[in-house]
Amino acid sequence: MKHPQSVGLVAPQTVSFSEPLTLKSGARLPEFTLAYETYGQLNAARSNAVLVCHALSGNHHVAGYYDANDQKHSTGWWDNLIGPGKPLDTRRFFVVGVNNLGGCHGSTGPRSLNPATGKPYGADFPLVTVEDWILAQARLTDHLGIDAWAAVIGGSLGGMQALQWALAYPERIRHSMVIASTPRLSAQNIAFNEVARQAIMSDPDFNGGHFYEYDSNGRVLPKSGLRLARMVGHITYLSDDQMAEKFGRRMRHGKHHFNYDVEFEIESYLRHQGDKFAETFDANTYLLATKALDYFDPSFDYDGNLNAALARAKADFFVASFTTDWRFAPERSREIVYALLHNGRNVSYAEIDCDAGHDSFLLATPHYHAALSAYLEGILL
Amino acid sequence: MSSAHTRMDGRFDFEHIARWINPGERVLDLGCGDGALLAFLQQTRQIDGYGVELDPDNVVACIRRGVNVLQFNLEQGLSGFEDASFEHVIMSLSLQTVRQTVPIMQEMLRVGREAVVSFPNFGYKPHREAIAAGRMPVSRHLPYQWFNSPNVRFFTIADFEALCADEGIEIRERRAFAKGQPVEDDPNLNAEVALYRIKKQ
Repeated sequence: MKHPQSVGLVAPQTVSFSEPLTLKSGARLPEFTLAYETYGQLNAARSNAVLVCHALSGNHHVAGYYDANDQKHSTGWWDNLIGPGKPLDTRRFFVVGVNNLGGCHGSTGPRSLNPATGKPYGADFPLVTVEDWILAQARLTDHLGIDAWAAVIGGSLGGMQALQWALAYPERIRHSMVIASTPRLSAQNIAFNEVARQAIMSDPDFNGGHFYEYDSNGRVLPKSGLRLARMVGHITYLSDDQMAEKFGRRMRHGKHHFNYDVEFEIESYLRHQGDKFAETFDANTYLLATKALDYFDPSFDYDGNLNAALARAKADFFVASFTTDWRFAPERSREIVYALLHNGRNVSYAEIDCDAGHDSFLLATPHYHAALSAYLEGILL
Repeated sequence: MSSAHTRMDGRFDFEHIARWINPGERVLDLGCGDGALLAFLQQTRQIDGYGVELDPDNVVACIRRGVNVLQFNLEQGLSGFEDASFEHVIMSLSLQTVRQTVPIMQEMLRVGREAVVSFPNFGYKPHREAIAAGRMPVSRHLPYQWFNSPNVRFFTIADFEALCADEGIEIRERRAFAKGQPVEDDPNLNAEVALYRIKKQ
């Protein structure tokens, strides 16, 4: 194996679709734009394309960097996976990253202008589901001239999309790679999402979601709510063990100050994560992405029977979970595996020993990346 | 549980196992190691195969050879697998590494219509001689020292058959081997490995 490399300097692209899109809710988007990036070359047979789906706060900038002089702050969010000599090897695969509908990084979303009013959609942007995202991604697939993806891969909410591809377009996906995901959220998962939403919606600057109109000079954005939402979310991405190891009860000043300023290092970390996120992410996008998570449940139309829901799938599957992930615990991935077994699908399942909780899927743990490499190398082009 | 150690001495048992497998069957191999048996059965019997394996390196090896592998811990049972969802459930040279002997055998016979089990025979003559000489046996099929062995159950062909009788498990066929050759005469003494096809009575 050659030394793994970056795909290098990359630039996003956009594509606009003028054909209306009818969403699961019944709402219609008259037109929409998707932002995406590609790495590697589509082969002549168009059989080597891999779609990477992003999770709650991700986007289309998956690999490479935007600024050669500031790679640290401009590198894609799954760069350790994608590139020459990496598990998703761009010498072999044509890799596509896409920003989902309702996003805030270039695809049509709440911040976009509503053609009916000439103002930003804001709270009027319709709720979108994982199913809707795949409908929109299918348009991009057509645009790129790809009949079938060699693989669709994603972690967490991205894994739900990889699964949904296999259900919505069984003929257009050969391998579904579902990582750190779940076939449906638990009550506890929904509860955390609801806390996040309430944090945003009760922010006085939220203005019912129409905050962009107040954004002309004063930069009045519902930052405190989004910050709080991210802090809560972040707790669920880490494991108890990892937090104990990274922060423990370590204190900033080495003694108690008896006030509400940062005293424990974990407080400092969470505040920093919240601040950073609230600067760059859109509160409306966060709201609707958490709803997309809550709604996702392929078994809903089958009386909760996941076996029946997955009967349509024809793809081969790679499923992986992480031992310390309590947000989407290994048990949830096993539910998917057993339903695939019931339906006679080819499936391999890796349960990775990693202490980083839900966020483990973004790390390059040796066993994890070895399993990904082995699976991806076995995909026939 | 890992069975990487079990197939280092060749694959003579693969042929015998394959004879009990019909073409196109659904087969589950518990403790499938690096997937060699499943790959062999895929080639020779076109099976629809799945392996269960806990060791990370073995899991990767299975994926690399295109064998479906599930990284589950067998000590936690097979409760997620549906009744009679496989024609055969195989446990090749691994039963001695499982603590929950009877539960795992019952689970194999619930999930599979038949089970195939092989294990090293602790009653093999050289093993008895080692014990008689005052030392734990170390041999081709029991290659470990007492202090580093992954094996947690030590039993003979006679022990296994007595357990089957007690548990209402029907022995449909038995093959016994020493040095890769079939053993007909007093297998409990002369065979180093035994291979069984078993079923619920």
